[in-house]
Amino acid sequence: MSALLEAEGVAAFYGDFQALFGIDLEIGEGERIAIIGANGAGKSTFLKTVTGLLPLRHGSLRFAGSDIAGVPAHRLVALGIAMVPEGRRLFASLSVEENLAIGAYGRRPGRWNLGLIYRLFPVLAERRAAPAKALSGGQQQMCAIGRALMANPSLLLCDELSLGLAPIVIKDIYAALASIAGEGTTIVVVEQDINQAMAMADRLYCFQEGRVALEGRPGALTRERISAAYFGL
Amino acid sequence: MYGWIDTILQGLLLGGLYALFAAGLSLSFGVMRLVNIAHGDFIVLAAFVALVIVQASGVNPLLAMLAVVPVMALVGYLLQRGILNFTLGKDILPPLLVTFGLSIIIQNLLLVGFSADTRKLSAGPVETASIKLGGGLAIGWYPLIVFLAAIAVIAALQLLFARTMLGRAFRATSDDQEAAQLMGIDNRRIYGLAMALAMAIVAVAGVFLAIRTTFTPTIGPDRLLFAFEAVIIGGLGSLWGTLAGGMLLGVAQTIGFKLDPGYGLLAGHLVFLCVLVFRPTGLFARTLD
Repeated sequence: MSALLEAEGVAAFYGDFQALFGIDLEIGEGERIAIIGANGAGKSTFLKTVTGLLPLRHGSLRFAGSDIAGVPAHRLVALGIAMVPEGRRLFASLSVEENLAIGAYGRRPGRWNLGLIYRLFPVLAERRAAPAKALSGGQQQMCAIGRALMANPSLLLCDELSLGLAPIVIKDIYAALASIAGEGTTIVVVEQDINQAMAMADRLYCFQEGRVALEGRPGALTRERISAAYFGL
Repeated sequence: MYGWIDTILQGLLLGGLYALFAAGLSLSFGVMRLVNIAHGDFIVLAAFVALVIVQASGVNPLLAMLAVVPVMALVGYLLQRGILNFTLGKDILPPLLVTFGLSIIIQNLLLVGFSADTRKLSAGPVETASIKLGGGLAIGWYPLIVFLAAIAVIAALQLLFARTMLGRAFRATSDDQEAAQLMGIDNRRIYGLAMALAMAIVAVAGVFLAIRTTFTPTIGPDRLLFAFEAVIIGGLGSLWGTLAGGMLLGVAQTIGFKLDPGYGLLAGHLVFLCVLVFRPTGLFARTLD
């Protein structure tokens, strides 16, 4: 298994506040990874560091074999890293279709196009001309996933996909994610819902206060060990 | 009676020039939340660039515009990438201070280079030619050309924003610059392009101004004020609203001038004040932030 993303001793700060204390993590090509942890454990911070939105202070980050420390966010997209940010963050003044189209801004070659996104999420096709903010929460999440896919990423990072969504919608979205992973895209999901995370992931990382507290395959981990790593008991 | 219709017509056409003043200001505020205090001085700078080109080559200033536009666009791009990008952030004060400083620097450099003499560019017979509408009414070709140019510029901007990838990138960056970076958009380059576009419009406005009236290095701040008033009256975020705002301002000023030559500018400011009091978001506001 060749590593697509390798993090070694990754440390990140918000101003003087240290949020990550040396994260070691390795993600193989085609893997489905879930990162779980309590609020403030550093999950989203880690994704922000990988996507270049937050500077890497210590440690190293390698993507597809090359060093990506200090590479600005907009160039990482061209290398194949796309993110579905926490809270969706769709562009309010753009329509649904324009939001999807701008995902392809970097013109990275690949299989995804508007037609395939609409086949994956038919409801977006119906509402293609609507302003993005007129969509329901679940539809907005689909639009955010579609927008990230339009960049034809080899690594798709999803931050808090299920936040604020109804269980039935969450089920739909994870079903779509499974079919995306089936096409060979490597997926990292940050998730607070442990059951959801264990159901979808090949491997699991549990963060606690900016460190990796536990790592392993869902089948090999007991509830007790996960709870202990999650809550720091 | 015809006198009043004539006054209103002149005012409406003058609004085209004010819309050109305002479009660039509106663009840089819309895309990057940058209020360019030196905007008026850049209009005057464009007029002087045109003056230099006309004096050196003897071409008609309307033709010289073809050269002034790329020169000012380049100035805008370099200014944004070299200075203004470093002032943008959560705090809105740094860009205000820096562009205020630029305003003073531009005025004084122009004074050093060109003295305080009043200048004017001559575009030839087109300046005085007019179309007779009957009943003693006539509209000048020149104000009409300026007005049509304003409509063309605003229509082109509207098309750019609505239909092109660059326009979408402008809007996306304006909505959420961090999310835009996640789409592969280099926000610093987008800001540079937005300022280049704003300065290209400034160039058009500057040349039209220099043909219409006399100018000196220090008339910039008044043009900034007219631009601000047109944007606010029309409503932030609405390009056609900016044109309407410019026309309302133009009509108010010409009516004021007709009542008493000293009342022209005052009448414009009063209309602006009324809009601020009764409809602070402007007449055609699209966005609230």
